[in-house]
Amino acid sequence: MSKKKIIAFALCAAMTATTALTACSGGKSDASSKIVVGIPQDLEDSLDPHEAVAAGTKEILFNIYEGLLKPDETGELIPAVAKEYSVSDDGLTYSFVLRDGVKFHNGKPVTAEDVKYSIEKSAGMTGGQSLISAFSNIKEVNIKDDTTVDIVLNEADIDFPAYIATTTAAIIPKDNDKPATEPVGTGPYMFVSRSPQENIELKKFNDYWGEPANIENVTLKIIPNADSIVMNLNGGAVDMFARLTSTQTQQLSDNFNVLEGEMNLVQAVYLNHAVEPFDNVDVCRALSYAVDVDNILELTSDGKGFPVGSSMFPAFKKYYVDLSNTYPTDIDKAKELLAEAGYPDGFTFSITVPSNYQPHVEAAQVVSEQLKKIGVNAEIKLVEWNTWLSDVYSGRQFEATLIGVDASSLTATAMLDRFRTDADNNFTNYSNKDYDDLYAKLYTAGSEDERVEIYKELQKNLADNAANIYIQDMAEFVALSDKYDGYVFYPLYVQDFAKLKIKEQ
Amino acid sequence: MKTIIKKIITFIVTVLLVTLFVFIAFELIPGDAATARLGINATPEALMALREEMGLTRPFFIRYFSWLGSFFFGDMGISYSYGVSVRSMLASKLPITLTLTLISFIMVVAISIPIGVFSSKYEDRPGIKIIDVAGQLTMSVPPFFLGIIVTYVFGMLLHLFVPGGFVSYDVDFGKFLSYLFFPAVAIALPKAAMSTKLLKTSILSERKLDYVRTAFSRGNSTMDVMYKHVLKNAIIPVITFLGMTLADIVAGSLVIEQVFSIPGYGRLLISSIANRDYPVVQAIIAIIAMIVIVINLIVDILYQILDPRMREGR
Repeated sequence: MSKKKIIAFALCAAMTATTALTACSGGKSDASSKIVVGIPQDLEDSLDPHEAVAAGTKEILFNIYEGLLKPDETGELIPAVAKEYSVSDDGLTYSFVLRDGVKFHNGKPVTAEDVKYSIEKSAGMTGGQSLISAFSNIKEVNIKDDTTVDIVLNEADIDFPAYIATTTAAIIPKDNDKPATEPVGTGPYMFVSRSPQENIELKKFNDYWGEPANIENVTLKIIPNADSIVMNLNGGAVDMFARLTSTQTQQLSDNFNVLEGEMNLVQAVYLNHAVEPFDNVDVCRALSYAVDVDNILELTSDGKGFPVGSSMFPAFKKYYVDLSNTYPTDIDKAKELLAEAGYPDGFTFSITVPSNYQPHVEAAQVVSEQLKKIGVNAEIKLVEWNTWLSDVYSGRQFEATLIGVDASSLTATAMLDRFRTDADNNFTNYSNKDYDDLYAKLYTAGSEDERVEIYKELQKNLADNAANIYIQDMAEFVALSDKYDGYVFYPLYVQDFAKLKIKEQ
Repeated sequence: MKTIIKKIITFIVTVLLVTLFVFIAFELIPGDAATARLGINATPEALMALREEMGLTRPFFIRYFSWLGSFFFGDMGISYSYGVSVRSMLASKLPITLTLTLISFIMVVAISIPIGVFSSKYEDRPGIKIIDVAGQLTMSVPPFFLGIIVTYVFGMLLHLFVPGGFVSYDVDFGKFLSYLFFPAVAIALPKAAMSTKLLKTSILSERKLDYVRTAFSRGNSTMDVMYKHVLKNAIIPVITFLGMTLADIVAGSLVIEQVFSIPGYGRLLISSIANRDYPVVQAIIAIIAMIVIVINLIVDILYQILDPRMREGR
């Protein structure tokens, strides 16, 4: 009995093994009309554009949803669901004229009712929370006629169009009662399915009002393990992957083109000004003098990256002022400042870094080495992302943290608002009276030029007071199989699949 | 029957304890589902509102027992991250993890028993020493690392499979099995090496016993003695070992899924822990506990068939 069983067992196993082996085929992904894009994290989020918050979710939703306006690849706002808009003289009423023939993925045309519903929903006027704080400024949404919708504000806000252009203000159909799991939008791609931790399938929307997508099917494959990314690319399971490190790009086979852009964020050692010794501006300046940004870039990304000196990155163009030379590396000066501040022998502090993001971890290691030269001992404390969110970001229980801060919308305020003393998201506890006074002037500034000047002054204030040890806007590397081209970089955190196309052979 | 009732009680107690521990762990680690969901857009008001909506503001024990209550009635709740029912998320992935575990287990048996018997039979031959060394080597390599080596050798060099590729069981079952084959190898090899060694030692010590000499003196053939007497006794400790290995194999498959990008329970479990999505974590852990207990039950039954001394009432 026992012998038979064992033999049967063994036979069974052998059969499984042989079927498995013979069934094994090379199975190269075919380049008809589909592309497999690898993404590092799943959309573990609501797919309702008004509720989704993760940057990784919103960059994908960008292909499914559109607002009345949307950003193009230069950062300009272009009309989308609306064909044009006008502002009243007092700056309080925005009047949007809807474009003819815009359809939702379910085939129904976009109506003024849908627009009113969407704006009110995203502003939290129908219950729930408004994700864009600027939207709490909306007083009412009025339907003027079938194609015109007026949005009335409580206070004039020159940045309002930029907020209207985010996916968080996307237009969705009023009759979709499951936007969180079955998204319907007006974008160039339709949502097909989502399989947790496996993939997301998108399909080209044939009735798209604008330039249609080139590739029929887009599969987003989730590859959370950084070590597997290069294997997936080289093995042919994935055709494209954005935001690789420079080390990863060096391991790619010849079948890939590596495109280089900017990440559009400010990587810095953010200092908690509520704790000693970072309440002393000389200490902050000393650290800034001691840190050698070029050396960090050299060691962590082959010299690729864009040094910045304040909380603004170059994609902001007219608002951006280059302050990266405020603190040229000067060890003697740094020591001098430290001595003046009462720390002639240096001190010890901890840099908290979210462990899921390798480039920040590497940068922290270099910074820690550099600071040793002035006798400052920076201990690196790796924490899990959620711990970072709750302890560092919400709880403000940290000394210093190395991360990248990006802009939720293409407005200068998105970068600078958080350094106001009273700002909800001022996690660094930066408190500077000049800064607050300057910021207040933004509300009364008459012209755009005046505002641009104030934004620049604000950046200088942060740089002069060494609010943080500014490092860089990181270089972004995108691997794209040589069967495809058409990848475009945006000054925002988005991926535009509609412009990708298959190369003519 | 008694065994089955015992196992069911074991299962209930295990699930109770394990899920309670998971709940406590979630209480102790920083962050919750609301902070995970809102990320850096979190304002204190938005966090409070979301916590309220998710029911996270209720006291610990009320949350635990309400979860437990619905779980025993088959309701696994709604995932905080995905907004869909946990049951629908897990149902489609169960066959993946289960198949991977089973293939690995079958491989362990299929590799270790023939090799174990063979190497004990020809113990003195120099060739056997090579098997011993190879076994020793495999045993010391962690499955995670072995997975990387397997991917490199069979995937990148020999092109036998596409690294990172995967076909779901409902699309093409044959391909699905083929993609699980190499991950299963990575899980099975170290266990198979241990089991081979155990079987070999067990056979060798069994062969020295008096009844073997008696059997030979009765004029039985070597084959007869080997399979009818020695193996039957020598296999008992191996079966015990295989039963214990099973829990390891399930744990190993959770790790190996990461290396081979297989979308089973492993990845879901890790991401759900990071997102503090405890309905998903609890359900996965309960299911894994169930898998381990059920397969252990099968091993126990096998045990009693093979060894009459183990049978009840004797």
